[in-house]
Amino acid sequence: MAEVLVYVDHVDGAVRKPTLELLTLARRLGEPVAVALGNGAADTAAALAEHGAVKVLTNDAAEFADYLVVPKVDALQAAYEAVQPAAVLVPSSAEGKEIAARLAVRIKSGIITDAVDLEAGDEGPVATQSAFAASFTTKSRITQGTPVITVKPNSAAVEAAPAAGAVEALAVSFSDAATGTKVTARTPRESTGRPELTEAAIVVSGGRGVNGAENFAIIEALANSLGAAVGASRAAVDAGWYPHSNQVGQTGKSVSPQLYIASGISGAIQHRAGMQTSKTIVAINKDAEAPIFDLVDYGVVGDLFEVVPQLTEEVNTRKG
Amino acid sequence: MKIVVCVKYVPDATGDRHFTDDLTVDRDDVDGLLSELDEYAVEQALQITEERQRAGADAEITVLTVGPEDAKDALRKALSMGADKAVHVEDDDLHGTDVMGTSLVLAKAIEKTGYDLVIAGMASTDGTMGVLPAILAERLGVPQVTLLSEVSVEDGTVKGRRDGDTASEQLEASLPAVVSVTDQSGEARYPSFKGIMAAKKKPVESLDLDDLDIEAEEVGLEGAWSKVDEAAERPARTAGTIVKDEGEGGKQLAAFLAERKFV
Ligand SMILES: Cc1cc2nc3c(=O)[nH]c(=O)nc-3n(C[C@H](O)[C@H](O)[C@H](O)COP(=O)(O)OP(=O)(O)OC[C@H]3O[C@@H](n4cnc5c(N)ncnc54)[C@H](O)[C@@H]3O)c2cc1C
Ligand SMILES: Nc1ncnc2c1ncn2[C@@H]1O[C@H](COP(=O)(O)O)[C@@H](O)[C@H]1O
Repeated sequence: MAEVLVYVDHVDGAVRKPTLELLTLARRLGEPVAVALGNGAADTAAALAEHGAVKVLTNDAAEFADYLVVPKVDALQAAYEAVQPAAVLVPSSAEGKEIAARLAVRIKSGIITDAVDLEAGDEGPVATQSAFAASFTTKSRITQGTPVITVKPNSAAVEAAPAAGAVEALAVSFSDAATGTKVTARTPRESTGRPELTEAAIVVSGGRGVNGAENFAIIEALANSLGAAVGASRAAVDAGWYPHSNQVGQTGKSVSPQLYIASGISGAIQHRAGMQTSKTIVAINKDAEAPIFDLVDYGVVGDLFEVVPQLTEEVNTRKG
Repeated sequence: MKIVVCVKYVPDATGDRHFTDDLTVDRDDVDGLLSELDEYAVEQALQITEERQRAGADAEITVLTVGPEDAKDALRKALSMGADKAVHVEDDDLHGTDVMGTSLVLAKAIEKTGYDLVIAGMASTDGTMGVLPAILAERLGVPQVTLLSEVSVEDGTVKGRRDGDTASEQLEASLPAVVSVTDQSGEARYPSFKGIMAAKKKPVESLDLDDLDIEAEEVGLEGAWSKVDEAAERPARTAGTIVKDEGEGGKQLAAFLAERKFV
């Protein structure tokens, strides 16, 4: 059976959820061979094996952390040459897309970014993508070289499918370009204790209507009651009320949770681009004409300062 | 110092964007404009230039686009913001080019123009791939310093801050290099009346594939390495329930969430 390379996104050995989803999709195309790089690379093996990786190629050279992107491209290329896979799958993070794109140029392959689904087809993998702020759905494939495809978080269910997951050291000789861009300092993002925005099953977002950084406590309280992640519109971020890392939309994170709750957000096209594919959408807005109401499964026209606390209280009561 | 800024002409995101029969982006039905995210690239080029001028050094900004006739509008806008000159790569054979082809054309045009620093936007607002700057760096064989929310250039070194998923990183590379900037890098200026008038006299050089020694087969729909087989409009979401809060809105919403098993 053909092998499929899966690039592993992990933090010090803890595999991030989108990679496990990628393994589900990879199994539709062939046998997943995972590539884990950097500090803790070998620690990823158990989780990867449990979700279907037949092999885990690892390398924990310091270069991966000390220089931007290119060392990872060198390593993925080394894995590509060793495995000769039928496809290369990479999680659609900003970095993942850059790694995939540079690999594609090197191996003279076409690239598809931000797939939301993947199936085997007669002429290679068929990728589903969303276009124009998710108002269109397209199906595409690669017509030249080995398909290189990046896949968005929440595109498939995580499924257990135990496989060998044998760890093998990946030999990498770094290119001259590898040391081109130095990472001179790194500040890890502080954990909020809430789920990752892109991975969360429920996202609770606030916009300009929240009217102040301190008022985001209302949004956070609702998020806590539902075990949700907190999002924000660009207007709220630009006003300095919430960190940019929580921005949902075209220039922020793209989310596709089971439930999205927008409070005090009008629903501009650039915001919709990042949340339109959510399964259930709920909005609270005092303006009945706000475009967000075109998207909702349930909408409340009202003042968020009344509705959200009442909702939070009721959720907490129902949870008992 | 020579700065080349890559700008794209895109259909207005607030318009009703569609695909054409050959499944390429319809660029006729919706008004086009300079991709808003590329305004941030022009802005940073201007700020870097102004900073150098204050230090008594010089810099020249060339804005570069690959696109149809109308893409000149995007160049004009960038010129009116303050860029010095423009290069427009235009050729009928470019219709339907994918990111691999576009990056090839841009790389050749950048080499022809000459550069110390290339600045791009974080992503185009139509294709939204966000990979072209990385590909350019690969093709040009220079460092990639991408997705910066803060950028500065000094003594032949470019520095910047990249806010990633799990960490914020300080980056550093020597010139020549390819940079891309995010919409966090600082508001882009509006063209002044003087800028708009001056832009009319600034040179716009037109290049075609021949000028760049690129064969027609390497680009366009035929030369693309990826193919869209189907494009379907997403079915409109079925109209949901909308209630007006009469004092019980939060409770009603909670009941809905409970019914959908979220609570
Ligand atoms: C290139 C580009 C990229 C962009 N990227 C993004 C992006 O990634 N993400 C993003 O979100 N935006 C993005 N934007 C901005 C986008 O166009 C909108 O400006 C932004 O989404 C508006 O945020 P908002 O809905 O919070 O604010 P507004 O549009 O001002 O809406 C606020 C809403 O709150 C309601 N409201 C006010 N008070 C209350 C109250 N007490 N109770 C209930 N409702 C209330 C109002 O009725 C209104 O509908 C981008 C724009 C551009 C040009
Ligand atoms: N046709 C083009 N002409 C000039 N620059 C482009 C073109 N396409 C993309 N770019 C540049 O590359 C960046 C990223 O584009 P993309 O990878 O297509 O999302 C944009 O912000 C532009 O700076």
